[in-house]
Amino acid sequence: MTGQFNIPVRVTRIEQVTPMIRRFTLERYDGGQLPGFSGGSHVVVTMRGDDRIHHNPYSLMGSPDDKRHYQISVRRDDEGRGGSLFMHTRVAEGDTLEVAPPTNLFALNRLAKRHILIAGGIGITPFMAQLHELRRAGADYQLHYSFRDQENAAFRNELEAACGRRITTYDASAGEFVQPGQLLAEQPLGTHVYVCGPKGMIQAVNDAAFELGWADSHVHWEEFAAPPVGKPFRVVLQKSDMEVTVPGSSSVLEALEDAGLQPNCLCRGGVCGECETVVVEGEVEHNDHFLPDDVKQTNSRMMICVSRARSERLVLDL
Amino acid sequence: MASPMRIATPPLKSGESFRDDFSYSNSPQAIRRFPFPFHEDKYMYSVNIEPHNGGPAGSVFAPAFDIDEHYLSEVEERRRVLEEDPGRCQVLPHMMEAQWDTLELLMESLARDYPQHFSLTTDGDQWTWENRPLGIRDSFTFGDPATLPQEPFEYITRQVQGDFTLHGQRDNMLYMDGGMVTCQADWSLDFDLGMNWYEWHGPVPKAHQMGIFDRALKFLLNLQVERPVRRLNWTMTINPRMDTSPENYHKWGIDRASVTPENVGEKAHLRVELQTLWRLPRSNAIIFSIRCYLISMEELVTIPKWARRFHRVLGTLPDELAEYKGLIGYRPIVLDYLAPFDDGAETSPGIGPD
Repeated sequence: MTGQFNIPVRVTRIEQVTPMIRRFTLERYDGGQLPGFSGGSHVVVTMRGDDRIHHNPYSLMGSPDDKRHYQISVRRDDEGRGGSLFMHTRVAEGDTLEVAPPTNLFALNRLAKRHILIAGGIGITPFMAQLHELRRAGADYQLHYSFRDQENAAFRNELEAACGRRITTYDASAGEFVQPGQLLAEQPLGTHVYVCGPKGMIQAVNDAAFELGWADSHVHWEEFAAPPVGKPFRVVLQKSDMEVTVPGSSSVLEALEDAGLQPNCLCRGGVCGECETVVVEGEVEHNDHFLPDDVKQTNSRMMICVSRARSERLVLDL
Repeated sequence: MASPMRIATPPLKSGESFRDDFSYSNSPQAIRRFPFPFHEDKYMYSVNIEPHNGGPAGSVFAPAFDIDEHYLSEVEERRRVLEEDPGRCQVLPHMMEAQWDTLELLMESLARDYPQHFSLTTDGDQWTWENRPLGIRDSFTFGDPATLPQEPFEYITRQVQGDFTLHGQRDNMLYMDGGMVTCQADWSLDFDLGMNWYEWHGPVPKAHQMGIFDRALKFLLNLQVERPVRRLNWTMTINPRMDTSPENYHKWGIDRASVTPENVGEKAHLRVELQTLWRLPRSNAIIFSIRCYLISMEELVTIPKWARRFHRVLGTLPDELAEYKGLIGYRPIVLDYLAPFDDGAETSPGIGPD
């Protein structure tokens, strides 16, 4: 489940889609077929920088029928830990990267009577792969896509060509915003809603669905947490009898990998649950979307890919 | 995946029966590659899942889906079971994409691992499949069920050994959304269809309290495409009967009372399932392959290590599990048969013969 199964890929095309977003087309280094995937899947991309290795999850946005290519889009984040900057400033056509096989934590529910897809900004990417499935299945769907302004309306033309009347766009600079309460209130029983975008948008859709009495199983969202930058702290590994310092710009997982360990992990974004670890002692700053709130409050478990310590020291059952 | 060089390709026998006169038997080569499931002298449940990425040359673990000397006989037995009870193959309507995923996975794997038996040629969505042992050659349009004689899942699983179940993944849960189940160890697809993971595992003793199903479910929800996993499961069956289904309990349940010290070596069989789990790419469903192997006690004792170890495993098996596996009644007769082969010597590590 760790990085040892990565697939070497070559960057065959880079497109500057908006001032902030680049689309990368990847193919297998040996020219063979890539693993198939379903809409909503992501891959973890490994980037070998000079001073550190980045592992970032990106949604696959190409057609699931294309076994030769993967497409991902990367929004440049100048404040982050450097993975997206690396993709924007260091990666050129012809370069090689590594990807892990796809995992889908944001799949369409095939029993849905209708699918409402709500995207904000770069959150459009998983839906671009799902649209292929929805169209092939002849499913009833609507896409609601909001962006900051026309200059940042990534993929707008291709989406309009693919979706026709099923897409509604919202230009925030013109005062247009998705109204989740109103939108969801109009939907028939059996509708599923999917949201990917900024935190506030995900929260607003979840709140609206809750107030309207929607079942949790009909509300889907995906938000990869980037491991936040914080204060350094010490981690004591009880079983391995080791002590490791977690620097401010590394996650616990990365610090353990730097120390030569291979903890279980998959998405590296606090979503999949693979790296769940028992906390023996210490206070945790939880940044994941996996553990239920009541478990987070007990400080008994943590997701080491994104969560950090509030205390100066954490003792883990590793 | 292992290269085809490492895959056993025995001659295919024909006409073995799994009912009436029970003419099924294993050749010495088949005995040596039997997936003996015990790596130590006792048995307890564990998740025991490992990557399914090949195995020792010639072993049942080397190919993606094992085709062995019993291929023709098992395919014929499946045909007979389906003729009597078509409900043994059912797939819920929302799983059509998973049906095509299954067909693709099986055709690509078989054509790669057994090029002497199977070939697949594709030109876009125009596919031609050839199964030489069964004399099948069909051209069809991938994605269009009307171009195949049966729905894609039934079409291809009629041509492969072992049972298959299809599991949709929704809301962090797996569901029993379809299957081809004709050689099962006393469970019913018709009964379990539509159930969730916890519902269909309901009857298994002890394992729930051990948290086994919680851990296994969490693991499977994150199963990745092209990273299949496997485990072995086991029970015992009287006579080499593939179809030990609840539907036909009236035919085989009574067999358990027929075991005597004189016939136990021939009648009592260790039944091992090589279970593999695969994430299907387009549907995000999981396919579960349950490949069944049977070996009689008189065949088993030709491998001294297995005779010793099975004697010890069976002797120390908790009554609750012996009851669940349906072998508690005739266990003493099997133990008496195995006892002379257990000299008390230490058994070597691993599951293979010495």
